[in-house]
Amino acid sequence: MSGQSQRLNVVPTVTVLGVVKARLVGATRGHALLKKKSDALTVQFRQILKKIVTTKETMGDIMKSSSFALTEAKYVAGDNIKHTVLENVHNATLRVRSRTENVAGVKLPKFEYFHEGETKNDLTGLARGGQQVQLCRVAYVKAIEVLVELASLQTSFLTLDEAIKTTNRRVNALENVVKPRLENTISYIKGELDELEREDFFRLKKIQGYKKRELERQLASAQQFAEEQVAEKVSLQKGISINAAHNLLTDANKKDEDIIF
Amino acid sequence: MANKAQIPTNNSALIAMIADEDTITGFLLAGVGNVDLRRKTNYLILDSKTTVKAIEDAFKEFTTKEDIAIVLISQYVANMIRFLVDSYNKPIPAILEIPSKDHPYDPTHDSVLSRVKYLFSSESVASGRR
Repeated sequence: MSGQSQRLNVVPTVTVLGVVKARLVGATRGHALLKKKSDALTVQFRQILKKIVTTKETMGDIMKSSSFALTEAKYVAGDNIKHTVLENVHNATLRVRSRTENVAGVKLPKFEYFHEGETKNDLTGLARGGQQVQLCRVAYVKAIEVLVELASLQTSFLTLDEAIKTTNRRVNALENVVKPRLENTISYIKGELDELEREDFFRLKKIQGYKKRELERQLASAQQFAEEQVAEKVSLQKGISINAAHNLLTDANKKDEDIIF
Repeated sequence: MANKAQIPTNNSALIAMIADEDTITGFLLAGVGNVDLRRKTNYLILDSKTTVKAIEDAFKEFTTKEDIAIVLISQYVANMIRFLVDSYNKPIPAILEIPSKDHPYDPTHDSVLSRVKYLFSSESVASGRR
């Protein structure tokens, strides 16, 4: 996870810088939103956790009382009541309906039970123990009520668990991978742009200096030429070339072969 | 969320059961029993001759049927096929471990409740640290 490798492979230009900056803004906003979502889910999750624990504990009591009711019914109506019940099964009269509840974009299933059609066991235990059988039935319906509630809590628990995991994964990915990468890219592009600017500036300076020097050189040579011209003109007016005069002076020092003495 | 379970929106679903005879009798009395056209029941009555293989098959069948929303399973039965129950992690159908008459309910064995307890304790530790 070195800083240099953690950047996007882009061309360092102003346009790309704008694009990456826009992406960083988007990532920041997304991160904030996801964090809020994760918080909302966690609040819901804790509520469900508490409810599950309490409901599981009440379930034990309910099941105990319904088992006891069944034992009572069996005692009163005779042990063969279960064969009557088992033979009487045709269609479920107690069914479960599921609807969805939306918590921060996560769909949580909620179950509720409902009766459909009439119960077939109305005449069970007509001969004897009918009341106990009905009591037993009521007890088990109550147990189903608790169990259905527990089931919806449990499915919500599993779904929320999964959702929180994914949300947190996304939050962490944005925070630790995407955002640093974009920031690194931005600093890289800025550095490159600065580098380019400095290079340009230096080049301009260099060219300016060169031009200046060239101008000075030309000026100097022009001046020299002008001075020479002036000297030439003056000597011409005196009737002698400056070169000739020069020569006469220099020749005076030389030895002439024609002169014997 | 590739494996996100689709929540069925059909209006009526069944409750399946794997338990001993007494528990099943009670729930049947309440009216959750169902027999379909092929004479297949939505419950499995356990007796001393039921093999683990039969329980496994029933569990797999109930958890894959789409018209079943909740599977009630006696805890001592769940203990027999604990590996299957633990590896099952879909939200629907919900697996509920219920106490049976002859076997006291032990919350530590319940796969979901143990997870709940674990999360609960870790969360309270985390909240205490903050």
